[in-house]
Amino acid sequence: MSNIPRILVIDDEPQIRRLLDVTLGSQQYRVLQAENGREGLRRAETDRPDLIILDLGLPDADGKDILRQLRSWTDRPVLILSVRNSEDDIVGCLDAGADDYLVKPFRTEELLARVRAAMRHRQAAHESPLITLAGIEINTDTREVKKQGSVLKLTAIEYSLLMLFVRNAGRVLTHRYILEQVWGPSFTDETQYTRVYVGSLRKKIEDNPAHPRILLTESGIGYRFAGE
Amino acid sequence: MTERPSTYRPDPELLLRTIQREQDRQGKGLLKIFFGMCAGVGKTYKMLQAAQEARKKGTDVAIGYVETHRRAETEALLPGLAVIPRKSVEYRGTIVEEMDLDAIIARRPALVLVDELAHTNAPGSRHTKRYLDVKELLDNGINVYTTLNVQHLESRADAVAKITGAIVRETVPDSIFEQASDIEVIDLSPDELLKRLAEGKVYTPDRSRRAVDNFFRKSNLTALREMSLRITAERVEDQLRDYTQDERISGAWKSGQRIIMGISPSPSSVHLIRWARRMAFTMKVNWVAVYVERSRPLTETEKHKLAENIALARELGAEIVTTADEDIASGLLRVAREQNATQIIIGKSTHRFRFRRHILDRVIRESGDIDLYVVGALEPDTGTPLFRMSGNLQARALHYLIAAGVISGVSLACYPFHDMLGYQTVSLILLLVVALLPLQFGAGPVVLAALLSALVWDYFFIPPRFTFLITSGQDVLMIVVYFAIAVVTGVLTVRVRTRERTVRLREEKATALYTLTNDLSSANGQDAVVQAGVKNIGRFFQADVVIFLNELDGDFLNAPHAASTYTPDQKELGVSAWVHWNEKSAGKYTDTLPFAEATYFPLSGPRYPLGVIGVKPRHRLTLDQENLLQNFISQISSALDREFLNEMAKRTISIAESERLYTTLFNSISHEMRTPITALLGTAETLTRLTGDGQTDLLRQLAADVQSATYRLDQIVQNLLDMTRLESGLLRPNLDWCDPGDLINSVLRKLSDDLAGYPVTVDLPEGIPLLKLDFTLIEQALINILRNTATHTGKGTAIRIAVAAAGGKCILTISDTGPGFPQEALGKLFDKFYRGPGSTSGGLGLGLSIALGFIEAHNGSLTVSNAEGGGAMFRIILPLPEETNISPETRHE
Repeated sequence: MSNIPRILVIDDEPQIRRLLDVTLGSQQYRVLQAENGREGLRRAETDRPDLIILDLGLPDADGKDILRQLRSWTDRPVLILSVRNSEDDIVGCLDAGADDYLVKPFRTEELLARVRAAMRHRQAAHESPLITLAGIEINTDTREVKKQGSVLKLTAIEYSLLMLFVRNAGRVLTHRYILEQVWGPSFTDETQYTRVYVGSLRKKIEDNPAHPRILLTESGIGYRFAGE
Repeated sequence: MTERPSTYRPDPELLLRTIQREQDRQGKGLLKIFFGMCAGVGKTYKMLQAAQEARKKGTDVAIGYVETHRRAETEALLPGLAVIPRKSVEYRGTIVEEMDLDAIIARRPALVLVDELAHTNAPGSRHTKRYLDVKELLDNGINVYTTLNVQHLESRADAVAKITGAIVRETVPDSIFEQASDIEVIDLSPDELLKRLAEGKVYTPDRSRRAVDNFFRKSNLTALREMSLRITAERVEDQLRDYTQDERISGAWKSGQRIIMGISPSPSSVHLIRWARRMAFTMKVNWVAVYVERSRPLTETEKHKLAENIALARELGAEIVTTADEDIASGLLRVAREQNATQIIIGKSTHRFRFRRHILDRVIRESGDIDLYVVGALEPDTGTPLFRMSGNLQARALHYLIAAGVISGVSLACYPFHDMLGYQTVSLILLLVVALLPLQFGAGPVVLAALLSALVWDYFFIPPRFTFLITSGQDVLMIVVYFAIAVVTGVLTVRVRTRERTVRLREEKATALYTLTNDLSSANGQDAVVQAGVKNIGRFFQADVVIFLNELDGDFLNAPHAASTYTPDQKELGVSAWVHWNEKSAGKYTDTLPFAEATYFPLSGPRYPLGVIGVKPRHRLTLDQENLLQNFISQISSALDREFLNEMAKRTISIAESERLYTTLFNSISHEMRTPITALLGTAETLTRLTGDGQTDLLRQLAADVQSATYRLDQIVQNLLDMTRLESGLLRPNLDWCDPGDLINSVLRKLSDDLAGYPVTVDLPEGIPLLKLDFTLIEQALINILRNTATHTGKGTAIRIAVAAAGGKCILTISDTGPGFPQEALGKLFDKFYRGPGSTSGGLGLGLSIALGFIEAHNGSLTVSNAEGGGAMFRIILPLPEETNISPETRHE
């Protein structure tokens, strides 16, 4: 097999499929297409794509069900591409295992960035104790964090939060997921925690905390670490 | 873990009471009592003085009822105080003036003055007593100043009567005294008071000159003064203790003590009840009044006296326990053990009868480690017990006569045959009669019959006849045995029969309740429950019943349910409405609106009131029946509550169903509209990118045009969809914590294209708390407002976004340095499809009305004005959430 990454697009609209084919094809991806859920599942199984782009409003099934079926056997990244823009839909999909969510209509640039982030996340986790991302250096052995050479003093919570974001760079993380990972499963409703600690983390890692460029807010959903 | 000081042990009961009191006071008016030893000490004067001071501080003070008794110095304090006109009530041909309760509630002053708390209202008023009026005022959140003399306190009335010899009829329960948030004692030395009296400065009714002179004796006044001061001191101590409790200052901790007293239909019970209450109050402990029910049926007067005594004990704060036992002493002691009593209070009997003293002896002997207080009787029960034993004298006398007559008749019938029968046989016949008598009569007549028959037998039948002399030893033995058998069978039969009657009555009650619960549980739907309730109450209490049901949303419909068996007139409807609003029973046989034809009770569920039930029995209910009726009503209430919940669940399901349908439709419409837009936008974008080098600029320009037109189309579709969501009424903000800085950033990021060329400054001071809102809705609202600003002003216009928090509100202003809006447009900006004069192109005029809708869905407000220096200013006000509690570095693995 060639090492060209392959992306499976499951969408019933031929224009959208063609658009994605052109856009992604121009970026050295190979695009596989499926026009309904059943076919999508079949192709996912036989062709083993590196990434799946899934629409929620499919003619034969709800995209969320397809997502759940995919997640029952594969951990390949899944990017949801849908017109549904309610927080419930988005958070629901992310919590059900989707890697990212993009609302139609979308900017091609945005789509490509998300695809890249999802792909990269598929690659092996960082082996080295030294991570450098978005101008921030982290030594996971000494738990030392540096920005532009100077050491940042992070509290234990801030450090855990930063590590969670760095390990999932480019991906959107829901409030619920962050709370569960950093504070523990019994804290998933204490959503004010994330607001407060993301705020204090921004003050330390952002150049201008009032206009964050690294830790971005996803309206009503959660946060995304934008460093590439 | 936080450490608890091990020495501190709060009394849960007391703590509960403190909390209760705090809760009671929330939303309720405060009561201040000007308290004195007797008339003439200057309570009204002091009250008016305090009112004037409050008025000067800006309080809205009104006079509900003040009696100056034409005293000049008192009347001088009246000017400036608003007077709520009194109501004239006609009573037996004379006009009586009473406080106008409804007028005060309608006028709603912050503070109202109500003189003479212990006053009894004229018949026909809503409440029988003025203190009940005051309670209603407090319930309505109106503060009250009032005056009270010590002799009018229920628990002190006895003592005052003893000291002064004047019987006090107008009393108030001590509970209202305890409800007062503030008590001011108006103290005056007896000498000064007597001097004022001599100078004619004290109002006294002329008609009872001598009684007044008797009352105002120095010894009396000294005693009354001491009493009033002591009561106040006790209260201060009580408050101090409450404070200790509140502030968790650990001090002496009292183990749970409990006082028990026996309650009976006897009039002397009243004295005992007050004594017990006083002791419980002083010792700050709970007290229990026990009624030991015996099989001997009570007469009507006894039943009413008992009901009165129980009501008094309950009013004075006792817990009432009823137990059944033939032996009063053992019943009392059993309850004392069950309740862990530490003290028993028992009345000292002045009875000459051994029987009564026997109870006292038994209690003393068997009470073990429980302390015993024997209280002297207030007045000797002379004579009364004998009569009480016989109860309804006339009927009883008749019974004795009939019993004697039957014995005489049977003896007479036997007399001619006495030779034939032999005198022994006659004794058997007489014995049979005595044994049959208890079927109709009580113990007294039966014993009389036994005695009489023995004498008759001896005199007329046992030889030698016509003399009581008996010669044969065998006959002596026979008559003794005869008498013994007659008495024993008679009395035993009586006992068995009364017991049987008690059991039957209980069984009837149980059956009635069983039938009711059975009917209620099989009833399906509110109407069926109402029908079952009306039918059962009607049948068992021989009563007419009316039921008013609340609407599901809690509205009270003052219209009788169709199943009601009588139609209340306008006056009765007033009573039922009062019961609904106050959630207390009222009407006939109660203290509130007693002139109604029926008694009305609230039907209340555990969560909210359900309605009102009116019961009009043909005969006054006995105490037992009243208790049973209460049982019935609570059963009906819980059945109604069940049906209310069912009904509500059904509605919720149907709403959820239509909501689901709506969401499906909405999703499919938005899918259909946006998919082509996505394709268009994406294609145009790709075209722009692909028509790179070497292609004509025209093509690139065309692709860019398609792109921006599609972008605008997308905004319009977004607005239309948002509007649809708003109009559907199903928009429910999904509230979550949000950092205001985050919100503004997100908005500016999304608008980076639209606001290019507009310098934006954000004024976000440190320390603005987190907000609780639906991020995407408010974000969309802000986007719409800023987009509007961008389209209505030219490039280069500075935009300023400022956030401030004050008074529980978050204020967000968006102002620009553009030309502002024309005056006539300001009022219409938020109208749907309104487009400002001279607005260029594009837009449906929906953006701002959507913004308003989204903000109002958060209980916020959105206004627009022209700023002083020119330019438009939008102001958003959102409620701030309660203080959030962010625990710092806690983390659970």
